[in-house]
Amino acid sequence: MNISLVLQMASDTFPDRIALTHNGVHYSYGRLFASANAAAARFAESGADYVSYLGESGPGMVIALFGAAKAGKPFAPLNYRLTGPETLRLVERLYPVYLIADEDKIAGIPADAARVLISIPEFLAAVTTDEAEPFPAPDEDDEAIAVQLFTSGTTGEPKAAVLRNQNMLGYVLGSVEFASAEEDEATLSTVPPYHIAGISAILSGIYAMRRIVQLPNFAPDAWLQLCRDQSVTNAFVVPTMLSRIIAHIDETGTPADLPAMRALAFGGGKMPLPVVQRALDLWPNVNFANAYGLTETSSTIAILGPEDHREAHNHPDPMVARRLDSVGKPLPTVEIEIRGEDGTVLGPNQLGEVFVRGPQVSGEYQGRKLTDEDGWFPTRDSGFIDDAGFLFLAGRIDDVIVRGGENMSPGEIEHVLREHDAVEDVAVLGVASVEWGEAPVAAVVPKPGASATEAELKELVRQKLRSSRVPERIVFVEALPYNEMGKLLRRKVKDLFDA
Amino acid sequence: MQLKAGTKLHSAVCDTDVMVIKGSGEVNLTCGGAPMTAARGDLGELDAALAGGTAMGKRYTNADQSVELLCIKPGKGTLAIDGVALELKSAKPLPSSD
Repeated sequence: MNISLVLQMASDTFPDRIALTHNGVHYSYGRLFASANAAAARFAESGADYVSYLGESGPGMVIALFGAAKAGKPFAPLNYRLTGPETLRLVERLYPVYLIADEDKIAGIPADAARVLISIPEFLAAVTTDEAEPFPAPDEDDEAIAVQLFTSGTTGEPKAAVLRNQNMLGYVLGSVEFASAEEDEATLSTVPPYHIAGISAILSGIYAMRRIVQLPNFAPDAWLQLCRDQSVTNAFVVPTMLSRIIAHIDETGTPADLPAMRALAFGGGKMPLPVVQRALDLWPNVNFANAYGLTETSSTIAILGPEDHREAHNHPDPMVARRLDSVGKPLPTVEIEIRGEDGTVLGPNQLGEVFVRGPQVSGEYQGRKLTDEDGWFPTRDSGFIDDAGFLFLAGRIDDVIVRGGENMSPGEIEHVLREHDAVEDVAVLGVASVEWGEAPVAAVVPKPGASATEAELKELVRQKLRSSRVPERIVFVEALPYNEMGKLLRRKVKDLFDA
Repeated sequence: MQLKAGTKLHSAVCDTDVMVIKGSGEVNLTCGGAPMTAARGDLGELDAALAGGTAMGKRYTNADQSVELLCIKPGKGTLAIDGVALELKSAKPLPSSD
């Protein structure tokens, strides 16, 4: 079975219910499914090996995703924020490809770079229909690649992560109850289509039969407005989006009320504690969920749920209160364990590498499988599980700084520096050191109107941690480089110290 | 019949289609009294005593939970293994995370 099953079941059950609202236009489940069948026929006859989509989220992306699955071709969306040459390099890796692209991107792509090159409006005009011959999908396509996503390439050339039908279906069927949403529910997705959370939002929304509302260009006021206009009941944001929404409310005095909102989930990066605390105070009636997942795991593998958020918020016991900083517990369908450097499984509260196993875990890149023989995938995230089973993350293992044989994570030093009143944002990383091999350095963004001296900040780290953790250099900058998903571009921070 | 996760099976007496979520090896799986099949053929007679029906999107499991099926098309027959009716698996709601 392939992922088009999700849309087929929804379409069989309530064909006339509204599945998607985009720029005020509604698409029913029946129309999306018929259009996906029409698209599958075109993909099949094109002779392309991949279906790709270069553009913002919209109905064309949803139709292409399911149409590709029906035609047995991997769906490989591309980041529309890449430069022309970066885009072409990826298009080349997908050749021969059926490429559906934004109108303003088409001009930059040579006609012979793709088997079929079509603009999003032309594609929609060609395939949108309320009736189509069911396209016969191959029966045994569990192992076929459903989605191929290029990593953001913050550390090198983008890698092609491979997610098979069994992984994506394993995630959706294992974590979402079919048609569980009421007809008045609507979910707002602001994550772009080339990100795993953008794909899983579509699969989960359609399987739950919760109407999907899309906001391609995130801005705090537009988000708040759309939530009210469309009576949005569920939303997913990345941490930087929530930070910006809250800053917008606090700075402009805009009303925060979201009368229809029932559940707000976030993930895709580390959520700063003050942001989630403020969110809990702003929206006491909203259910919060913090989701931890990776591209290679078809999205969420652990969740800190609504009850956990409320219990931990302002709890007198610091061991309970700190759970707000955790990513909760594993989904019932996955197993998580922490392993030491020698591969032994560690006990509670011991810091090591997070390993995960389950049907949704692919752990695979094009041409390279990273799971071990028992199916365990090394996430390269470091973390520990506390006595109560809550998973805490401590940064990427590859970011660990080794100073004179001593391992330290940037997160612990960043955490201390962030406590200083004058510090708005901070990044710590390792640079080459003649004396120590590698040594920590820090880039600090001061709060507007505030300032701190290098000596003062170094002293803070010395007091709270120890002298080996003291950054050798601290530079003050106006802002840190993040990508559009709020992921810190450590390579660019490093450039500040190479100069 | 041989069960394998991810495969689709059809009822021989009603509209029911299921997808195998869990289970492997030789299993005597029936719907409405007739063995389920990998390919859809002409419908036979539904046993009126085995017409409990299947519901879209629901999961069905046996007593030891070694087999789990997802109904992907509903019908009138009762799902059973070795003549014992499968039970509707109760859903454990998870917070929506996307």
